[in-house]
Amino acid sequence: MPSLKDLKNRIASVKATQKITKAMKMVAAAKLRRAQEAAEAARPYSQRMSAVLANIAQAVGQDDSAPRLMTGTGKDQVHLLVVCTAERGLCGGFNSQIARLARDHTRKLLASGKTVKIICVGKKGFDILRREFASLIIDRVDLREVKRINFANADQVGRKVIGLFEKGEFDVCTLFYSEFKSVISQIPTALQLIPASAPAAVAETTGATAIYDYEPDAGAILGDLIPRNISVQIFRALLENVAGEMGAKMSAMDNATRNAGEMINKLTLNYNRQRQAQITKELIEIISGAEAL
Amino acid sequence: MADSFNFELVSPERLLVSGSVSSVVIPATEGEMTVMANHAPTMTTIKPGVATVTFADGKKDRYVVFGGFADILPTGCTLLAESAVHVDEIKSEDITRRIEATRAELEHASSDEHKFGIESYLAQLTTLQGTLLPA
Repeated sequence: MPSLKDLKNRIASVKATQKITKAMKMVAAAKLRRAQEAAEAARPYSQRMSAVLANIAQAVGQDDSAPRLMTGTGKDQVHLLVVCTAERGLCGGFNSQIARLARDHTRKLLASGKTVKIICVGKKGFDILRREFASLIIDRVDLREVKRINFANADQVGRKVIGLFEKGEFDVCTLFYSEFKSVISQIPTALQLIPASAPAAVAETTGATAIYDYEPDAGAILGDLIPRNISVQIFRALLENVAGEMGAKMSAMDNATRNAGEMINKLTLNYNRQRQAQITKELIEIISGAEAL
Repeated sequence: MADSFNFELVSPERLLVSGSVSSVVIPATEGEMTVMANHAPTMTTIKPGVATVTFADGKKDRYVVFGGFADILPTGCTLLAESAVHVDEIKSEDITRRIEATRAELEHASSDEHKFGIESYLAQLTTLQGTLLPA
């Protein structure tokens, strides 16, 4: 049985923890709003981009002039996984969900005899994946110092991926991130970057596709467009990740605050009971002392 | 008075301009071009430069764009810039930093083709710096 003093100390410490989790929740809520705004602001660009890409891909068609980034190398022996996670923990199952999806994918690929290479964006994913696949991780990108993710950060990752592809280091590239559905639900997602999956917008634009003039020619534009599209996809993934991280952190901290509250209630009840018992005990001692006289 | 059409300037970070304009000057890779209403459908890449937007009410605005491409239709024009800033907000250090980054990249360039690409990008950046700095 803990003494009264112990209980008092514990209550104080739980209260201090509750204060911290409450503050973190508030910070996460504020950051979430900003992250959501950023994600929304980025949406028009990626929408236009995929519309244009669908348009131009149709024009170029599937002939040999299509860049290799789009058609792939024709093999699928070496896989590159770009795993985007958060830089910080304390956000519930957010990081482990993404890491688990990547890990399952890796295991499946390894089991079927493929070679896997991993690039980690964000510290937490690296920490988790390092335990099992330390030898497969070829690079990691640290965004810890970055306060607001901008396009240059994503472009840096994109260039790295394209550079590796041009050196023939891999055949298929898949991006892992968490799609932001709502504050309480983030869905870990795998998205194939290279070869680019056929844009789905084609169906909508049938018939209405204008005949474009291309300046310079369509092939050159496409060659310029696809690397940029990869960066845009990574950028979008990073933004969704930030929003998801903040959402997950908010609900995790909300839970923690509530748990701390419950714990304080329990401890206070316990404390009061013991105090009461102490008082009763002392009274009995006094009374029985008086009676003995 | 020329007809107006819809123009949008978008960067990955946000939508900068969206509205009815009467003409836009785009720094296309193959030379500057002025887009007006009912332009033939054109797709072009753009180089670092200044895009001048003339709104339907006659107001003019200038934006510095760093690469990207433009999608022109008879009914509207969309400029997708890798990065775009209003001309009043551009800092000369930004351009200088880009120039330095490009120079560093040039040193590591392996193939001649790649080198050529970077060199022309560098030239475009320097021109841009020249046009902006005295202003």
